[in-house]
Amino acid sequence: MALQITESCVNCWACVDVCPNDAIYQPERDEAPHFLISADKCTECLGDHADPQCAAICPIEMAIVNELGEFLNPPGSLTGIPIEKLKEFGLWREAA
Amino acid sequence: MELPVISNNAPAAEGGGCSSSGCGTAPDGLAHLPDHIRAKVQDHPCYSEQAHHYFARMHVAVAPACNIQCNYCNRKYDCSNESRPGVVSELLTPDQAIKKVLAVAAEIPQMTVLGIAGPGDPLANPGRTFDTFRQLSEKAPDIKLCVSTNGLSLPEHVDEIAKHNIDHVTITINCVDPEVGAKIYPWIYWQNKRIFGIEGARILIEQQQKGLQMLTDRGILVKVNSVLIPGINDQHLKEVSKVVKAKGAFLHNVMPLIAEAEHGTYYGIMGQPEPTQEMLQELQDACAGDMAMMRHCRQCRADAVGLLGEDRGDEFTMDKIDVMEVDYEAAMVRRKAVHDAIIEKLEAERGVAKPKPTDIPAGSRPVLMAVAGKNGLVAEHFGHAREFLIYEASPEGVRFISHRKTELYCGGMDACGDGDVVEAGASESLLDRNIRILEGCEVVLCAKVGYEPWAKLEAAGIAPNGEHAMEPIEEAVMAVYKEIAATGKLLPQADSLKVA
Repeated sequence: MALQITESCVNCWACVDVCPNDAIYQPERDEAPHFLISADKCTECLGDHADPQCAAICPIEMAIVNELGEFLNPPGSLTGIPIEKLKEFGLWREAA
Repeated sequence: MELPVISNNAPAAEGGGCSSSGCGTAPDGLAHLPDHIRAKVQDHPCYSEQAHHYFARMHVAVAPACNIQCNYCNRKYDCSNESRPGVVSELLTPDQAIKKVLAVAAEIPQMTVLGIAGPGDPLANPGRTFDTFRQLSEKAPDIKLCVSTNGLSLPEHVDEIAKHNIDHVTITINCVDPEVGAKIYPWIYWQNKRIFGIEGARILIEQQQKGLQMLTDRGILVKVNSVLIPGINDQHLKEVSKVVKAKGAFLHNVMPLIAEAEHGTYYGIMGQPEPTQEMLQELQDACAGDMAMMRHCRQCRADAVGLLGEDRGDEFTMDKIDVMEVDYEAAMVRRKAVHDAIIEKLEAERGVAKPKPTDIPAGSRPVLMAVAGKNGLVAEHFGHAREFLIYEASPEGVRFISHRKTELYCGGMDACGDGDVVEAGASESLLDRNIRILEGCEVVLCAKVGYEPWAKLEAAGIAPNGEHAMEPIEEAVMAVYKEIAATGKLLPQADSLKVA
């Protein structure tokens, strides 16, 4: 089991610094334009922390997903912007 | 330690990169401070209003991560056309940052200060931030270091800050009450958890206040920045000003909220109003009794380069720096000579007191005037002004109040060359907007005004005046004030009459 970073990522480095497994890396530009999580190293922080650390610090909604493609920080969950407003501004997606 | 309040009355200072001639704090205002503090700020453009005419600063964007969310910030937004905090074009590694600082310092000898201000929170990136400071204090010992922070991680880093000889720290403090804080900060990341709402705000406030006290106890100068958010913290900021002053903060900088919908921030999307110029000035004046207020802040980017009010960042992108040859030893000698000459000039200015104006009927009310200025003169065409300088004329003399930018905000996605085109006619014209930012002013002085703006300005109750072109700003403002006063329009019985 491992978490993944989506194209919503803005490369702010916050997750890199807090990952207890050093699982997050910056790939070559042609592989992806944003950070990635090494599936071999990610433990979803089980045994280390109550919450996966990348998802606990990530400032961008929809940037971290689990194996089912579910957002750990769904739209509106971090900013508090209501879903109607997110839809109005084209900022809402149901799943990755 | 409580520091004395700096006078906000402004004798003239001439020349410099800022387009105004005198910017709020008296040149001798620093004389009220203990010598060791005065020496620390006299060449820091972000701390001394007098210094910002002559000395330049730069920010290096080495700190992308953040540990809190503010409702006025959107981490997704990065636009090279924009000038506001949190925005950068090019993120740097510490090694690249050092290269850039040495190149800029060699090219712009007036540069005295290197700050790390983001685009995230510098202390949420301690490795990158302190690596940059460590290398710089070795390679460019003549450059002052400063850092700004939201304060959450400040207490744990105070010793490291003191070690690197960073003697200027800016903390952004928007509130001292968690209930107010919960409306500004939706969450913080604290001890491996995301903490929402009032509890998060309570921890943040506690850490900010603790860090502030620890810094001032160590004799490190602290400036407090506050964002004025109407209906959220506007009245509360007076309390903030008192509290931070009691803890030894040296300067309070109240800045207007920037909340455009196209920036995608919570406040922008939710339609939170920005403060009017009048509201900002009222609050700055209300806080000024308790605390030295900074009025020359330009809310610059996390990668700004040059004098305040200008940005030469484009000249120093990494690809350009890579081909520059820098002899820093030689540059240091040159910088020393340039700095000494400026300091000498400032020392001389400090001794000059300005006489009070005569021939103005006592009881005349003050008048706000906007000036399209350049190098201390009324020298800019109305339509070309990138900012207006706002002065208040009264029987006491001429006092600088603030800068009002005409191009503060991004023009929207169409101006950036990608994304949806903003519908024609959807936003107000630049002229209408520039007239709106002159709210509260009764006169606008400029080198020239076109026919269309002239008519619109008059219709808006603002008298255009092109008769003082190329004159020193403060003399021109006083001359116009005297002309108005001579008509008797400024006396109480005629108070309802507008000048125009």
